[in-house]
Amino acid sequence: MAYEKVNELNLKETELCLGLPGRKEEVKEEQDVSCVRSNNKRQFEETRDEEESKPPTKTQIVGWPPVRSYRKNNSVSYVKVSMDGAPYLRKIDLKTYKNYPELLKALENMFKFTIGEYCEREGYKGSGFVPTYEDKDGDWMLVGDVPWDMFSSSCKRLRIMKGSEASALDSSSL
Amino acid sequence: MTQDRTEMSEDDDDNSQSPPLDLRSAAIADHCSSSSSSTPNKSRNCMALNSQTFPDHVLENVLENVLQFLDSRCDRNAASLVCKSWWRVEALTRSEVFIGNCYALSPTRLTQRFKRVKSLLLKGKPRFADFNLMPPDWGANFAPWVSTMAKAYPWLEKVDLKRMFVTDDDLALLADSFPGFKELILVCCEGFGTSGIAIVANKCRKLKVLDLIESEVTDDGVDWISCFPEGVTSLESLAFDCVEAPINFEALEGLVGRSPFLKKLRLNRLVSLEELHRLLLGAPQLTSLGTGSFSHDNAPQSEQEPDYAAAFRACKSVVCLSGFRDLMPEYLPSILPVCSNLTSLNFSYANISPDMFKPIIHNCHRLQVFWALDSICDEGLQAVAATCKELRELRIFPFDPREESEGPVSELGLQAISEGCRNLESILYFCQRMTNAAVIAMSENCPELTVFRLCIMGRHRPDHVTGKPMDEGFGAIVKNCKKLTRLAISGLLTDQAFRYMGEHGKLIRTLSVAFAGDSDMALRHVLEGCPRLQKLEIRDSPFGDVALRCGMHRYYNMRFVWMSACPLSKGCCKDVARAMPNLVVEVIGSDDDDDNRDYVETLYMYRSLDGPRNDVPKFVTIL
Repeated sequence: MAYEKVNELNLKETELCLGLPGRKEEVKEEQDVSCVRSNNKRQFEETRDEEESKPPTKTQIVGWPPVRSYRKNNSVSYVKVSMDGAPYLRKIDLKTYKNYPELLKALENMFKFTIGEYCEREGYKGSGFVPTYEDKDGDWMLVGDVPWDMFSSSCKRLRIMKGSEASALDSSSL
Repeated sequence: MTQDRTEMSEDDDDNSQSPPLDLRSAAIADHCSSSSSSTPNKSRNCMALNSQTFPDHVLENVLENVLQFLDSRCDRNAASLVCKSWWRVEALTRSEVFIGNCYALSPTRLTQRFKRVKSLLLKGKPRFADFNLMPPDWGANFAPWVSTMAKAYPWLEKVDLKRMFVTDDDLALLADSFPGFKELILVCCEGFGTSGIAIVANKCRKLKVLDLIESEVTDDGVDWISCFPEGVTSLESLAFDCVEAPINFEALEGLVGRSPFLKKLRLNRLVSLEELHRLLLGAPQLTSLGTGSFSHDNAPQSEQEPDYAAAFRACKSVVCLSGFRDLMPEYLPSILPVCSNLTSLNFSYANISPDMFKPIIHNCHRLQVFWALDSICDEGLQAVAATCKELRELRIFPFDPREESEGPVSELGLQAISEGCRNLESILYFCQRMTNAAVIAMSENCPELTVFRLCIMGRHRPDHVTGKPMDEGFGAIVKNCKKLTRLAISGLLTDQAFRYMGEHGKLIRTLSVAFAGDSDMALRHVLEGCPRLQKLEIRDSPFGDVALRCGMHRYYNMRFVWMSACPLSKGCCKDVARAMPNLVVEVIGSDDDDDNRDYVETLYMYRSLDGPRNDVPKFVTIL
């Protein structure tokens, strides 16, 4: 009973959207949201169980399993970052960032551009730049869909897509 | 009055077996009346003779000479309860003070009672804060402690902090205030950086121990290794494996070279294998070594690779080995020369396969403490069981800490360990699959167990063979392991498991519960049945107001109670707070908590001699 109640509360909170990095409210919401999060990859979104009565089978709970975060960093932290149109790649240490807003802000500074607003349903809107990453399985995913810890341990490289390619990713995932 | 003293004299040593409060007083009374101890008799005679003059001074003089030999916190707490005189003398002679909860009392109370403290052990945040269940900036600040002690204990030598927030300014004040300072140990701490460490290194000229363990240290770009003074140092232990900042290797080599007493050295991830090699050649006297990355930065410089095995061979005294942060597995056999001497081995940062592991562990006959990742698989655990007959402590961490991960270790590994390592005292085991049979086997094969922490990572997972809850397994543990003081449970658990705990878990001091139980009765069993319970941490379990009220007779005798994501109402928590004025009842939530909302996200309550703290952040409400 109690578990479901908690679940309900948290699921409601997951409907909130992440905003631009730097905006305090959004950062706080992201922290709240991380309580219960779907770790389904974007392409499986349609099959996600919407029923709140069943305990979600594929959700990530904060602080579970109880392993301290420094132990979760088993992979090498430096990842290559490419931006469509930029002449050379950059490398960043994912471990220096604690959450998505910090990472996105760093990317914006590094490549001098603006990322649009993120929404779980529709991805990034507003600027034509879409941050994506290649995960352990070799799939290209949208940055921001999965909890930060999961992202930082499975991200192998980053690519900031722009223009037509970016919108193709958006529409194909829906 | 009595309550005051007993609260201050809290016994928290996990290894000691102190009787409950009422029995303890009785024991003291018996002791005093027996003729085996001459001191009280003498004092009684003295008092009779000199009752007009200075009986207290004579008594206290004698007592002081006797009590200074008492080291155990437990014994000292008992002695302090005898009478006011003993209390006074004990306070004068206690040189090491342990405070299990920094908010249980104010720094002023510490310095007012204990006048000659040389060593302080202080713990701050509750353990669940490690898992992001508590917002940052909750508290546990070292600042008020260091500033109060700076004036009261100029001869302070040792500070050992766990889960405290320590700033660079705090470290600077510490370095400035205590000229004889010898030992700084920071475990799971944060708030400071390499600049703070540099100040300590530079100003504490008598420094013997600088241990930074599992702490978050910001990289301020300061070359702190170079800040140690010139000349021979007193360093005996230097641990910085958690410092994620590059270090000046030449300076480190120089420092190690002029530290003849150095026995323990734990390098960080940014020290390469070649650098380790150079250090080992210069420090063969080491007993404890953290190897750093155990990999090359780039391709090896020269054609001829250094003989790493020879370097290890020269370290005949190494008994404790850890590190392997970025292990290049082909170099692992270099440690073979020291394996047969090892009593402690920590592979928990290294993704080692069974095939790589078995040739190594095969030589570790003397191993007592072993930490590893589950990448060694059940097969690796079987090898441990076959060789490590002296094993006392085992910790298996998940390489992939997610609920849906593969899970390379299971009940097979646990069963093997229970059969091979009969002297096992402490186990922490992360897995995805477990059976009651294996847990029962461990309860029967390992009677020395004092710590049993099993984490079945999938929530509510039953025995994967029978499909039944894990009640019987944990029930057997509390029933058969008569020395059990710490228990962490997981998997599918009904109220029955808690009934067993309440019935048999008479020595349990620390209990961790997550996603377990069916009803309030479960928590009630534990609160009513476990008289030694000190630390109770519960998350995401169906225990509500009724259960909370069942523990009111216990909360003053506990260090803390943590309950998060449980169906507690603010009203009930307020009732508890009102009924128990010396209990601080914190409700921790997020900033936008609606005051009208009755739901309590996180309850954290603890006894306090000095009322609620004065550094409460916005998201905490003290009821």
